[in-house]
Amino acid sequence: MKPPPFGYHGPATLGEALDVLAEAGPDGKVLAGGQSLIPLLNMRLAAPAHIVDVNRVPGLDGIEAGPSGVRVGALARHAAVERSPEAAAAQPLLRQALRLVAHPVIRNRGTVVGSLVHADPAAEMPAVLALLGGSVRLASRGGEREVPASEFFTGPMESALRPGELAVSAFFPALPRRSGTAFHEVARRHGDYAVAGVAAAVTLDEDLRIAAARVACVSVGPVPVVVDVTAACGPRPAASAGWEAAAEAVRDRIDPEGDIHATADYRRHLTGVLAARALRDAASAARGEES
Amino acid sequence: MNETGHHVRLTVNGVVREATVPGRRLLSDCLRHDLGLTGTHVGCEHGVCGACTVLLDGEPVRSCLTFAVTVDGHEITTVEGLARDGELSPVQRAFTECHALQCGFCTPGFLCTVTAFLRDNPAPTEEEALKAVAGNLCRCTGYQNILKAVHRAAEIQAEEDR
Repeated sequence: MKPPPFGYHGPATLGEALDVLAEAGPDGKVLAGGQSLIPLLNMRLAAPAHIVDVNRVPGLDGIEAGPSGVRVGALARHAAVERSPEAAAAQPLLRQALRLVAHPVIRNRGTVVGSLVHADPAAEMPAVLALLGGSVRLASRGGEREVPASEFFTGPMESALRPGELAVSAFFPALPRRSGTAFHEVARRHGDYAVAGVAAAVTLDEDLRIAAARVACVSVGPVPVVVDVTAACGPRPAASAGWEAAAEAVRDRIDPEGDIHATADYRRHLTGVLAARALRDAASAARGEES
Repeated sequence: MNETGHHVRLTVNGVVREATVPGRRLLSDCLRHDLGLTGTHVGCEHGVCGACTVLLDGEPVRSCLTFAVTVDGHEITTVEGLARDGELSPVQRAFTECHALQCGFCTPGFLCTVTAFLRDNPAPTEEEALKAVAGNLCRCTGYQNILKAVHRAAEIQAEEDR
């Protein structure tokens, strides 16, 4: 198990990286953390002609947290974002989800933006971006564009990234006041991709009734499946909300496939259970913020 | 295909080492084949087993999921660098005392992972210790003695720091 040969490029600046990517076109692949790409290379499931290693490019490892949300640079490792108190304060769902990404040792090297571009429908980060309505900033020699999550994930392991483009950062918006989030998943082994998983966000009104509730589900579709369950939840008081109607709405909305890990029915059942759990915890967190 | 060689300079266990490697040379293979440091073991080569874990600038990483050329100029600590002046490190001693290894194949990865873990968390709970080693596979021990060794190593370190 060794990677196939490739042309290695280690650009020292962003401009140089974009030049190399422009020349390589569809034959070029960006290497950041490598925790998804290098296994694919080792198993020879991918054989790009050119690897553009951006690890030496300065200025890409930023984590900028503010009242509007968190912007995460292409070289910000999972572990760095997970440990950032500023990021956790601005958008708690980041840390909640990052704790479920692979193992701590993988998170020391893997990057948040890399997880987004890899676009695995079983992964946590795409679901987080989709749930929050975040975006990915793509740079190329011609300029930059900001692609919303709803347009970024186009299929299993496929994103809107075009040849010659580099995902330089991603933006995870903050939620309004009186909001809470949670992420629950079930995996067969610690650190594995989830059989099913649900990220939830709940926002309460001034009387602590549910004003908005939505979930993003992993491993049940070609891309993260976002379901708005506000109608099934609201506007009841969060403290006494029953989440079964919301779980039912989620089960109706998803169309999972069966594989060797789980049948489609089991995935659907599991997603409903996890949705109820995640919504309940998100609502608790939203109430906690108010008190 | 004639592959381009890349000159890399790594500080491995405190010693500057140099090699010329193709871009696709994994750090695990660079350590073992180019530098002759065969203490780092290679198990699954896709990041699952943890046997190849080394410390990169002090943080544990999978050396099979890192290219040598990417970490040019950085510091690496392998299992060979854990002992000090011929004396086993507290983590190594704890593994010996607690019989935390049988065949020993997974041990270098566990030792590097646990060394970094106890540096950051010198008095872990049972749950924290369990999570810390959950990314490393051992097919012999059943993990119970490895967990004992994590706590024993924490004790030894605390005693030595007094």
